[in-house]
Amino acid sequence: MHTNLAAQINSFLAAMILLTAFGMLVQRRMYGLIHLFAWQGLFLSISTAIVGFVAGAHHLYISSILTLSLKVILLPYILHVLIQRLKIHKEVETIVNVPMTMLIGIALVIFSYHLTAPVRELSTLMTRSTLAVALATVLLGLLMMITRKHAVTQIIGFLAMENGLFFAATSATYGMPLVVELGVALDILIAAFIFGIFFFQIHTTFDSLDIEQMARLKEED
Amino acid sequence: MTAIASLLMVAAGGWTVGKGLTNQIILPIGLPDLLFHLRLDPLSGFFLTVIGLLSFFVSIYSLGYVKGFLGHRSITTLVIFYCLFIAGMFMVVLADDALFFLISWEVMAAASYFLVMFEDEKIENRRAAFLYMIVAHVGAIAILLSFGVLAGLTTGFQGFSGYTFDAMRATRFPLGWATAAFLLSFFGFAAKAGVIPLHVWLPEAHPVAPSNVSALMSGVMLKTAIYGIVRITFDLIKVFPWWWGAIVLVFGLVSAVLGVLYALMQHDLKRLLAYHSVENIGIILIGIGLSMIFTSFQMPLLAALALTAGLFHTMNHAMFKGLLFMGAGAVLHATHERNMEEMGGLIHKMPWTAAFFLVGCISISALPPFNGFISEWLTFQAFLLSPSLPNPLLNLLIPMGAALLALTGALAAACFVKAFGVTFLGHWRGHHNPNVHEVGWPMRIGMMLAALTCLGLGVLPTLFIEWMDVISEQLVGAKIATSATGLGWMWLTPIAHERASYSGPIVFLFIMAVVVLAYIFLHVRPAAIQRVPIWDCGFEKINQRMQYNATSFSMPIRRIFGFFFSIKEQVRMVSQYGHKAFPKKLHYHLRIRDLFWGWLYKPVIEVSFWVSRKVGKLQQGRIQVYLIYSFVTIIILLVFQG
Repeated sequence: MHTNLAAQINSFLAAMILLTAFGMLVQRRMYGLIHLFAWQGLFLSISTAIVGFVAGAHHLYISSILTLSLKVILLPYILHVLIQRLKIHKEVETIVNVPMTMLIGIALVIFSYHLTAPVRELSTLMTRSTLAVALATVLLGLLMMITRKHAVTQIIGFLAMENGLFFAATSATYGMPLVVELGVALDILIAAFIFGIFFFQIHTTFDSLDIEQMARLKEED
Repeated sequence: MTAIASLLMVAAGGWTVGKGLTNQIILPIGLPDLLFHLRLDPLSGFFLTVIGLLSFFVSIYSLGYVKGFLGHRSITTLVIFYCLFIAGMFMVVLADDALFFLISWEVMAAASYFLVMFEDEKIENRRAAFLYMIVAHVGAIAILLSFGVLAGLTTGFQGFSGYTFDAMRATRFPLGWATAAFLLSFFGFAAKAGVIPLHVWLPEAHPVAPSNVSALMSGVMLKTAIYGIVRITFDLIKVFPWWWGAIVLVFGLVSAVLGVLYALMQHDLKRLLAYHSVENIGIILIGIGLSMIFTSFQMPLLAALALTAGLFHTMNHAMFKGLLFMGAGAVLHATHERNMEEMGGLIHKMPWTAAFFLVGCISISALPPFNGFISEWLTFQAFLLSPSLPNPLLNLLIPMGAALLALTGALAAACFVKAFGVTFLGHWRGHHNPNVHEVGWPMRIGMMLAALTCLGLGVLPTLFIEWMDVISEQLVGAKIATSATGLGWMWLTPIAHERASYSGPIVFLFIMAVVVLAYIFLHVRPAAIQRVPIWDCGFEKINQRMQYNATSFSMPIRRIFGFFFSIKEQVRMVSQYGHKAFPKKLHYHLRIRDLFWGWLYKPVIEVSFWVSRKVGKLQQGRIQVYLIYSFVTIIILLVFQG
């Protein structure tokens, strides 16, 4: 495949990842959120595979398959089951209203483009233009964690941040060493399990997954 | 076992000082690339001897003392931390790099913290231990920073290899940085040594620790701080301006005078001794400060004299303060009472302890023929020889210092007349008459050895000074033994025999002769001494509560120096028949507190509480807020990345 074409496809996928990140910011329904997260994982996995193919870094295929199986299939499935078990059908509750969140998100994207401009000048990798998107995805994930009340959305925000980091790794340096990626993948899996257990605990303790309730745990003064 | 180890250390230390050797070992342990360095030179050998000697005595004493705890509390922790504590002190003086020094310093501090905490069911013990821990750590931070400055300068802030003392010795430090390092380390060591105004932990921690531990803490742990000051100024920095010495001198004087004044007001025997430690540290610092001043003016002989005086007093203080704390411990062991107002007449029941305590009292009051006299006399000589200094300000300051030192000596004597008189003489003042016995042999032997050392150092000071002369030769470049023993071993002549000289043995013989004569006159006569009831001045029913007690003894001094204390005095009268002329009961309440607590420590405590309340507001308990913190941090870091 021609490198130029690959770079274009990659840029397109980066755009899709950014779009899903924004989609998650506006999405009000829990199931929609999980689906968007799965889509983001899928784009990430394809992008990784393409980068691996073009750069000849074959361990990226393994990363890609891991991403596909973990972030597209397994984690959304776990979250799905969790939502069904805990009977969360409510809409996503936000602290800051959606248009405002969007505006902040756009500001963050501009900010990350501004930040990575010097890197784009220096780098010769074909993926260099997507670094800004990766950074923006990380920041948007963090923004999502800040602006949402519900514990499950916090988790999805956290996982989206991880997606962004992963994407940054592939776009900036053609991926981390395989050992590191395996470790990270395992960490994510275990984090998901732990979160799942905690959700049940929080749910039984507070009768809700609204993390506002946890403010009660604070020391009195 | 500790006793044997301590004795070995004494031998090692004594041998090193005697031969003027310097041994160095690099231990292949410690952090990677930061090996532990050990070094035994005359200075550390001297301190090793001091620590070892007292540890030896106290270890023997402890054999008897810990029996008092048997049965109602486990002594395992006491034994373990006692050993760790002594080991820590040995390591501090042996350390030859900043890292190992600080590690040993912390081992010593932590072990002594647990020893202070030993009787942890009492709230005052926990409070004292906590206060001690805080002061010790604030001091340790200052020492750490000081070593950091020195080590950084050694390599020009380029690497870590400057952490050994050898590297620091080889460097000449620029004045500004050296001053910063000196001030920091002086602050840190002063906190450990209990120099006023950093002394507050001392009168809290020493009384509550078991007495054998207080003996060690007061006798030798404070000395490790002196060791640190001497090591850093004379050995590592070497060249310094005269005002460093002036700072040390002024702090020494303030500690000496205020320490003894506060001691006079105390009625708790061990608390009184703790305040006396502040005083004696002050006297040692006077010697060291004078020595620094003389060194900076290139007067090696006088510097050697002052340094010898300071170090001699270090040795002496270790001995007599150890002895006094052991004596206080023996009293506590026998009566379970620390308040002097509840004691009295113990000389009849505990003659041995009383005799040893008296030896300690005479030594600390700087009276011949015991050792305290020698070192204070040497300090005075250093003072009196100082008019030759080329600085008018110092020439004004130093005679005043000499006067203050004289005042200190007089007040200390008054204080120990009170301590000994109220505790051992008169009649029992307490409400109930307890069953008091003399303490067991191990305790007596421990005290006896310390008392004999006091006497030996007092009678034959020239031998000791000759032995330790190599230290001043190495540090300030002159020895006084050639002049001190100019007239042979009998006479101690610091500079020249036409100025001043003192002969320990002759004074001792003279005093013994007077004592023997007095005994003969009193006891060799036809009629035996009779004991009769005390004349009650015509009043009726004189009882034992009517004796002259500790509060009455210190009252004149309290009136004169009242402005140094925060005194609260209350007299409340309960009257009869509704008129003041018929008093029924009189309540007298007196509370004397340290002035520094209110002046210096309260504001610091309040500010730190205020700050922590403000910081506590950051803890909202909401995850989003915490996330915003990290979000903002990331954004700010990214903005300022270039």
